[in-house]
Amino acid sequence: MGTVILLALTGLGLAALYFLVASGLSLVFGLADVLNFAHGLFLGVGAYGTWWAAGNLPGAGPDGFGFVFAVAFGVAAGTLVAILVELVLIRPLYSRTIEQVLVTVGLSLAGVALLQATWGADARPFPRPDWTRQVTGILGAQVPNGGLLLIIAAVLVLGAILAFLRWTRYGLVIRAGVENREMVTALGIDVRKAFTLVFAIGGAAAALAGALGGVYFGTVSPGQGGSLLIFAFIVVVIGGMGSVVGSAYAAVVVGLVQQFVNYYGTSGLGDICVVGLLAVVLLLRPQGIAGKVATA
Amino acid sequence: MEPILSVEDLSVRISGLHILQGVSFTVAPTGVTVLLGRNGVGKTTTLRAIVGLTPPAGEVRGTIRMGAQSLLARPTHRLVRGGLGYVPEDRCVFAGLTVAENLRLAERRGATPAYDKVFALFPELDRRGRQRAGSLSGGQQQMLAIGRVLLNDNRLLLVDEPTKGLAPKVVTEVAEVLERVAESVPVLLVEQNLAVVRRLARDAVVLAAGKVAWTGDAHELLLETALTKSLLGVGSAEVKH
Repeated sequence: MGTVILLALTGLGLAALYFLVASGLSLVFGLADVLNFAHGLFLGVGAYGTWWAAGNLPGAGPDGFGFVFAVAFGVAAGTLVAILVELVLIRPLYSRTIEQVLVTVGLSLAGVALLQATWGADARPFPRPDWTRQVTGILGAQVPNGGLLLIIAAVLVLGAILAFLRWTRYGLVIRAGVENREMVTALGIDVRKAFTLVFAIGGAAAALAGALGGVYFGTVSPGQGGSLLIFAFIVVVIGGMGSVVGSAYAAVVVGLVQQFVNYYGTSGLGDICVVGLLAVVLLLRPQGIAGKVATA
Repeated sequence: MEPILSVEDLSVRISGLHILQGVSFTVAPTGVTVLLGRNGVGKTTTLRAIVGLTPPAGEVRGTIRMGAQSLLARPTHRLVRGGLGYVPEDRCVFAGLTVAENLRLAERRGATPAYDKVFALFPELDRRGRQRAGSLSGGQQQMLAIGRVLLNDNRLLLVDEPTKGLAPKVVTEVAEVLERVAESVPVLLVEQNLAVVRRLARDAVVLAAGKVAWTGDAHELLLETALTKSLLGVGSAEVKH
């Protein structure tokens, strides 16, 4: 029983990480029709920004409020990079899908190379509060606190995004834009501002995933964003392009399947099962769990 | 009277196809001007070119002016904020949003939305505020699409096939509303239902194969059975109903 609880909660921790990356990816694709392969870069910037701030920024550190400050710095850096990417590189290329893919793939490769050139290719130990290295006993299972932190953060982010979509003017514009972007402009709304906003939201969530992923894994490395991005794309497709709630459901399914199959089967079999699940969803329900709706 | 809209030598090419070829016409500053023609002659393309919604792969040439202001090359949201209201073909309401949210989306900063006017024309929209727009009937969706535009002051309304696919009773209701709307704002209307055209339109522009084939008084056009048959492909029976 303890093993099942442990696997379920660590699976949910992994799901939380996937959701943080996938939520922004899904909104960006749903609203702006941009397949952003550079999304992993925002995660990398968040992780390295937190790592750098904890060691160098006055007031920041690996513990207590200093760690919160370091994470805030990492998230701010990831958000800023996301906004700049949208304004400088993506905005001139809306409706030019192939060019978008080329630019974002190129940017993700260049971003990893830049991180490697600056801080080296090897994984570095991530500064994290002592309590995140400890475990909490839940129903007989000793669950790592780092995973629980990810779950709490993902639930809070999900709630914040849904509240934003439901209760704010820009949230309304985004929900409408996911349905019919052209009609939003035909009502006199400059939808490009909403594009920048969803990039900022997605960048912030991915950067937070980078920072908390560093806590979860205990290390930070340049390629971390890219490997997580693959599963985040799978989550987005299974959940339905544009649906934050769909991404949350899909992330839970993917995280649990991976964790349980990897444990009870062979290591790596869980990843294959997830790809198989993706194939089944594409065949039976190509629009994903929720379809193309920015759920609020 | 100076026209509210003048279109000169408008050509639109999309994916290599010349949809419009040198179209020129004007819209009077009052009443309804109707844009007629058989399916596929470029009526919707004309409206979309005016409001700046030609696809990015398309090419638009010519001149479009609303009053003294040139419209071409200006982004759609600016044209709409400048007083160009657009009710698209097939309504295009946001199905996942409620009726109230659809209306709220059309509100503009710094302007007071005319909910009183909209709810006076369409009391049902007030009653169904919490209902998802996707669950409305076709007629109710059309009322929402028109109501959304009427929340703001407009200098000109572009309305694309508002009675398409609606039951006869609802067609009459929509025509009544457009008649009342046209008392205060000029309308450029694309419409296939000639009974509605007869009721609403003062001027007519007929397109054929991407070019203007006829312009003039709408009622004169409808009286010319041979002309309507050749330009619109309909007989006198359909004109009279």
